[in-house]
Amino acid sequence: MNKMTRRIAVLLFASLAAGTPALAETPDSPAARENRWRDLEKSVFDGLTATPDSKIVALEAPIRAEDASLVPMTITLGGDRIKELYLIIDDNPAPVAAHFIFGPAGDPHVVKLRVRVNSYTNVHAVAVLQDGRLVEDAKFVKASGGCSAPMGESDEEATKGMGEMRLKFPGAAIPGAPTEATLMVKHPNFNGMQMNQVTRMYTPARFIDRITVKDGGALVFDLEASLSLATNPVLSFNFDPQPAGPVTVEVHDTDGGYWRQDFVHPSATN
Amino acid sequence: MPPARGLLGVTRRDAIFGGACLCCLPSLGRAEDFRVEEVAPGVFMRRGVDREASQENLDAIANIGFIVGDDAVLVTESGGSLADGVRLRKAIREKTAKPIKFVVLSHVHPDHVFGAGAFLEDAPAYIGHAKLGPALAARGDFYRQRLMALLGDANVGPVVMPTKIVAAREEIDLGGRVVALQAHKPAHTTSDLSLFDRASGFFMPADLLFVGRMPSLDGSLTGWIAELEALQAQSFGKAVPGHGPLTVDFPSASEKLLRYLKILRDGVRAEIDRNGTIERAIETVALSEKTHWALFDEYNRRNITEAYRELEWQ
Repeated sequence: MNKMTRRIAVLLFASLAAGTPALAETPDSPAARENRWRDLEKSVFDGLTATPDSKIVALEAPIRAEDASLVPMTITLGGDRIKELYLIIDDNPAPVAAHFIFGPAGDPHVVKLRVRVNSYTNVHAVAVLQDGRLVEDAKFVKASGGCSAPMGESDEEATKGMGEMRLKFPGAAIPGAPTEATLMVKHPNFNGMQMNQVTRMYTPARFIDRITVKDGGALVFDLEASLSLATNPVLSFNFDPQPAGPVTVEVHDTDGGYWRQDFVHPSATN
Repeated sequence: MPPARGLLGVTRRDAIFGGACLCCLPSLGRAEDFRVEEVAPGVFMRRGVDREASQENLDAIANIGFIVGDDAVLVTESGGSLADGVRLRKAIREKTAKPIKFVVLSHVHPDHVFGAGAFLEDAPAYIGHAKLGPALAARGDFYRQRLMALLGDANVGPVVMPTKIVAAREEIDLGGRVVALQAHKPAHTTSDLSLFDRASGFFMPADLLFVGRMPSLDGSLTGWIAELEALQAQSFGKAVPGHGPLTVDFPSASEKLLRYLKILRDGVRAEIDRNGTIERAIETVALSEKTHWALFDEYNRRNITEAYRELEWQ
């Protein structure tokens, strides 16, 4: 277990030990939220603090989520100087929803992902720059029940096709011309908080905890995820196409599930 | 993992009655607002308000009612809360003393099933789609908690499970009057049941048909379109929609709903095809329909989100 994974685990435990998160819809005071963030920040970043700079990190999130179990987030990044990116949902049971480490084939400009939001909360996007500096942006999101909301279908139905992947490119992938791609993965991402009321049991947690994307063997990004990713995660990112490709996607889950797929670059001629 | 509270020590009775006590209900809203209309001989319906559930309306937002045969009464829809169901039962008793032998649970949504608890004393057959049990098992308690926060604990009532399952088609004889039931594939929800009263010729598609009030998508968009088209081929005439006026002409009313659903489908597909995003779809799809539906803003964005989730894997 590396340092970050351990830290996620510690935070998760601390949060759950304090009891199931309240369903309360009344936001607590901005001051209380700020204090909560300062504590989180301290434990996630070893005492370092992040400063806002919208040229480097800008987070777009809906003010009110249409569906708390599928809340789209877009993070616009200032580019090359960015080494890592965290998405932290302050009041979720496992606040660190995603931690990206960008590699040489990565092009950290826009990252889009979908998360579950359990209660009214601040969401923070924090970038770690090459020089170690932390830059953040935050948004307040009104949503509730996204973690415990029952799935629309049975557990069995939700597990169908697990590990199936698609990678979509808006155009050709030409070396030297950074482009966008959207990765879709079928996975129920059971977070251990959805109750089956026939059995009165919680569906055991089983969620994607790591996604690695490479192009032609060069790392695009390595993502450590927690139980806050939405069911059937969809992830958009930018990368710098390598001469030969292919784009290799590896997905791991908490049950030891492992899926790998290669995607050839779309050619420039069509 | 969170503690599995409620896992141990929950009796079946607790699970069924959800702690609600039928003998000490608080005042049940303004009963004088509750009016049923005889839309056809022996068919009585109450118009739901085109609003979101609130403490004021006690979730009486769906069209609910009952059909009277020679021997028995069938409740077509139970209501949105125990309070709503209690008023419906009172209205039935004002019209007839015949036994209430059947209560239809048309699908999983709270505005259609939480009135069911009001009829427990009649020990009726609770009729539901084969998928209703699992759906209520997964969501019933979640809905109940939400509704209690909205309406007050005692107004909500228990989650009542279906006792008579319809897997495809069934007929119910009320005495000289046969009602035909049909279980549908995923459409509005995954547990939609429709009902046809042969005596009056009235079709009761429940929430497969919304009229004037924005539909909510919770099953399958492509499935809903297919089911509506299949129903159109069955040449139904008059219908009672799940929401909207009590009597409509099925062909024209279903056409308006189909128009919205197809605009939604085509708009979301176009956004997916151009490598778009849910966020952009939410801001752009189906806006031309805004003036045709009450509660458009409350539901369109969410419908787009659900449609996107469904269509992006097709």
